[in-house]
Amino acid sequence: MIAEAVLKPGGDAATALYIVSFSLFIFGVRRGTHPTTAKQGNLIAAVGMVIAVATTLLLDGIGNWGLIVLGLAIGSAVGVIASTRVQMTAMPQMVALYNGVGGGAVALIGWSEIRHGIGEIDSGVISSIPLDTLIPVLFAAVVGSVSFWGSNIAFAKLQDLIPTRPLAVPGQQVINAVLLLGIIAACVCIAVNNDDPSQAVFIGILVAAALLGNLVVLPIGGADMPVVISLLNAFTGLSAAAAGFALDNVALIVAGTLVGSSGTILTMEMATAMNRSVANVLFAGFGGAPSGGGAATEERPHTSIGAQDAAIKLAYADSVVIVPGYGLAVAQAQHAVKEVADELEKRGVTVSFAIHPVAGRMPGHMNVLLAEADVPYEQLREMEDINPELPRTDVAVVVGANDVTNPAAKTDPDSPIAGMPIIEVSEAQQVIVIKRSLSPGFAGIDNDLFYEPNTSMLFSDAKAAATEIAAEIQNL
Amino acid sequence: MSLMTEITIFVLAAFVGFEVISKVPTTLHTPLMSQTNAIHGIVMLGGLIVIGYANDPLEYIIGTIAIVFGTINIVGGFLVTDRMLGMFSRKPKPKADTDGEGGS
Repeated sequence: MIAEAVLKPGGDAATALYIVSFSLFIFGVRRGTHPTTAKQGNLIAAVGMVIAVATTLLLDGIGNWGLIVLGLAIGSAVGVIASTRVQMTAMPQMVALYNGVGGGAVALIGWSEIRHGIGEIDSGVISSIPLDTLIPVLFAAVVGSVSFWGSNIAFAKLQDLIPTRPLAVPGQQVINAVLLLGIIAACVCIAVNNDDPSQAVFIGILVAAALLGNLVVLPIGGADMPVVISLLNAFTGLSAAAAGFALDNVALIVAGTLVGSSGTILTMEMATAMNRSVANVLFAGFGGAPSGGGAATEERPHTSIGAQDAAIKLAYADSVVIVPGYGLAVAQAQHAVKEVADELEKRGVTVSFAIHPVAGRMPGHMNVLLAEADVPYEQLREMEDINPELPRTDVAVVVGANDVTNPAAKTDPDSPIAGMPIIEVSEAQQVIVIKRSLSPGFAGIDNDLFYEPNTSMLFSDAKAAATEIAAEIQNL
Repeated sequence: MSLMTEITIFVLAAFVGFEVISKVPTTLHTPLMSQTNAIHGIVMLGGLIVIGYANDPLEYIIGTIAIVFGTINIVGGFLVTDRMLGMFSRKPKPKADTDGEGGS
């Protein structure tokens, strides 16, 4: 089809183009670290990707154009439609899904490589698959498969297709360990017999890795999902780099490794923000057996108020701090809450938004949502920044946030979230919590804040409550 | 490329990743995660290469699905990142605009 304009794989021209493309990735990611240049950085990385794809299409030995065009067309259509339709609130699960398909692609490429190697042995082209190809292929296949299935479970949990609560099987750790050892043993078996590798064993490895991906992510609660997605993102990056080793492709090695190291940094930062270690997230089901679980089921006294009372409290305050959480995101209440803030500012009330590092379901997620509602940057305050001001704040309004305000993190050393940094709303003069019920959050534990004497509960959907409060303030 | 050359590239790229990315403000973590997520869609190149020597129906199917998956990862990843970052670049409206309309 493209007759003479072919590049030699691994040749100077192809390598030079790949160098341009991964330089653009690095430069793009670098630009992605500043708010003003981030959009440009993403575009630069995308240009790098176009160059990498175009270069590869020009390589000698590229064939089956019909299938390539078909694959590119279907993939592009799905990508465009999914990305333009997705709600901003559903962003984390979208990232999980994209990460998953990337992992799936790596696993399938690994499978294809093994079949190719076996075919070459059968036809006598080579006597054995060289280990510097075989080992990366095995690594890519295992990690890609774990990432694919793990990401799908993460997606299903965030999309509420399966319960976000930790789902643990008895003897979970033992089963996982046995599976992992089995996978390693099978990989060794294939590598040792690299002159006659068994495809059946390889498929067994893929299946075992799939099972492992499911079993590792299922017991993890919704609150820890960002850490898991970030970790799987790093895994997929590493598996892509491994595929690069197998295919002798420098662009894959650099880009995959770049993502592997970035994902690792992000994962550790997220875990730190939640005062948890990555090992803790993976091996200890969050909120599986909360120590105060017995007491949580009892009815405890709390104060409940309506929108009108809340409006009065807010309108006659000097300073108001709004603490948005995932409930706000789910209810699409960011515009309504912004309206409340506008009404209050008109009356001379100082309004700020306190953003917990893991508010929403990913770090920075809440900032994206509030930016969408045109909340000015100056009103967005980080947790460390706002906590010292809370004792001097008249009213703190918690909108659909829960665990990130739970004083148990500071007061109860036995709590599963003990030591997690929180926004200390209970320090404020008065607290209004807008929430649908007293039910616990993602961590699955009761929130003592709801029962404190200076806390009033407004039981409602975040959007409905905010709209009502804004209207009531206007009428005052 | 020799194995040792590849390992050299791997180690250097890992350090570049750590250095470049450790300077990101929390606010940009989700977009950045999404952008790096799109970048690992580069595995799609692997799909393009392996389908070139596919020669039975199963390999055609595996290769095509790999390309579809990789393309979704790339196209969806960059587009969704662009949408997220578009939220940030929008300039906040001047205060005067909203003040005038209330008219209580």
